[in-house]
Amino acid sequence: MNHTTTTRLWHWRYLILRRIVQIGVLLLFFGTLHWGWSVFGLPLLSGNLSASEVLGQLTLADPFATLQILLTGHVLQSEVLLGAALVLGVFLVLGGRVWCSWVCPVNPVTDFAGFLHRKTWRKNLFGIPRHLRYAVLALALLLSVLIGLPAFEWVSPIGAMHREIIFGLGLGWTALLGLFLFDWLVVKQGWCGHLCPLGAFYSVVARHTAQIRVKFDQASCNGCGKCQAICPEPQVLNLKRLARDGQVLSGECTNCARCIPICPEKSLAFGWRRNPGPGSGPAQQQLIMKEDSP
Amino acid sequence: MCRTHPSEPSAFITSGDSPIMTTRRSFIQKSIQGAAVATSGGMLWSYLAIQNARAEPSALRPPGALPDADFNALCIKCGRCVVACPYNTLTLAALADRAPLGTPYFEPRQIPCYLCHDIPCKAACPTGALSPTLDEVMDSRMGLAFIDTEHCLSWQGLRCEICYRVCPLRDQAIRVETRRRELSKHAMLLPMVLSEGCTGCGICENACPTEIAAIKVLPAELIQGKIGDHFRMGWTQAGGATSDPEPGETWKGQLDSAKDQGHAPGLDYLNAPEY
Repeated sequence: MNHTTTTRLWHWRYLILRRIVQIGVLLLFFGTLHWGWSVFGLPLLSGNLSASEVLGQLTLADPFATLQILLTGHVLQSEVLLGAALVLGVFLVLGGRVWCSWVCPVNPVTDFAGFLHRKTWRKNLFGIPRHLRYAVLALALLLSVLIGLPAFEWVSPIGAMHREIIFGLGLGWTALLGLFLFDWLVVKQGWCGHLCPLGAFYSVVARHTAQIRVKFDQASCNGCGKCQAICPEPQVLNLKRLARDGQVLSGECTNCARCIPICPEKSLAFGWRRNPGPGSGPAQQQLIMKEDSP
Repeated sequence: MCRTHPSEPSAFITSGDSPIMTTRRSFIQKSIQGAAVATSGGMLWSYLAIQNARAEPSALRPPGALPDADFNALCIKCGRCVVACPYNTLTLAALADRAPLGTPYFEPRQIPCYLCHDIPCKAACPTGALSPTLDEVMDSRMGLAFIDTEHCLSWQGLRCEICYRVCPLRDQAIRVETRRRELSKHAMLLPMVLSEGCTGCGICENACPTEIAAIKVLPAELIQGKIGDHFRMGWTQAGGATSDPEPGETWKGQLDSAKDQGHAPGLDYLNAPEY
């Protein structure tokens, strides 16, 4: 392996890691179902991303799906409630939307559509506000109450995708194709960045608890804007707020780390969250004052 | 459209002589537009979900599945029952399959339910959509078998009765009735389903030798009738007017006793000698 290859691999390290995790999780489900993967006779990972069982012992469940079922007015077994709480707890600490960029199988599809949009199209047919997803989230919860069905689970392209990859192909790919074309030719990052209620759910629940954050070093930043150009949620890289907080605090950040290797000044890096308090450093105090003055 | 981040207040303020009035007006306009989009979107969404859930009422569910409305709400579509089934009976419905999206079902003509005593599919269900209170697999009611007598070999006079032989609840879920056959000396042996015992496992449908199965399993509510309480089967009521007379008892006496008991004499009063 020559120097250039190593450098390139290093440059793409987070992207490669994310794809390994995304595909690996699906592979564990697939292998357990179709090839009988097990450890000490215990099935490795049975189920899918909606709910699963690890080694025949530990139940995991999608907290958003669980919440919708509860809202239909049905009582759930403690097994699935504990599983959902566990998953929720993990993502609350890692950063809610770590789900989106590290686990969700739709992410590679929309990432590719975003890549094509950047390279070949660059036009949005119309604009939709990014906070529309919170309205979709609210609607998903409200409809679950009104129609007595977990509303998003019955139309979710995410569910259709992982179910059909693991359990056998149907027509779910048509939904994915629609989503891909929408993201590529109609609205950039239209699904993940504007509409998806699951992403909105993780943004909301983890916005104050996410412990792994992208840290910002203002001293070295030259404001080139490459990070914002590559970021699927560029509003989280608002330079004023980055300078004030020294990190990306927005719950909408997916910790995908596209911004980290692309920064020519190495101003961005993963680090632990530091909550901005009244006792911030003098430089930050000054910035806030500057921002507030007319 | 608004492309500015919502935290920046300028997003909602437009220029004009009276910025406050404009803001209020645009706020109200935007609210009404938002409500309109939410209402129409919500109705379309509900329609899709409900249509999806009701699309295939003929789908057969795993043992212990709750009634449709509860099952569709509780099933988290994880497929753990599918993984747990040792016979690969269950399928998790993909889009446009013959069952509501993402839920488990089986087609007995392909692979029937073999009624495992430990019910592993039910044990794997994390939500309780497959009822945790089902202890005995023979109590499960996945569907009900029915016979297309026009295309059943036995009913046409051949010797078959395969459905009867393979049934795990022989004489409880299916029985064979003999009937005189006018053409030859041997009798006809007619299989008949007993709905009280039938689990809907579909082993009979799987085994039926006709080109298209003459015995099929469907959810009971699609095929089972109900007599209604207003019909009275007098002969099923002990001590009624239509019961066999005791030796030496007269029809008149039986009628009187029926009247004493407060109900009208049954059909057989027409045969009583006094009338």
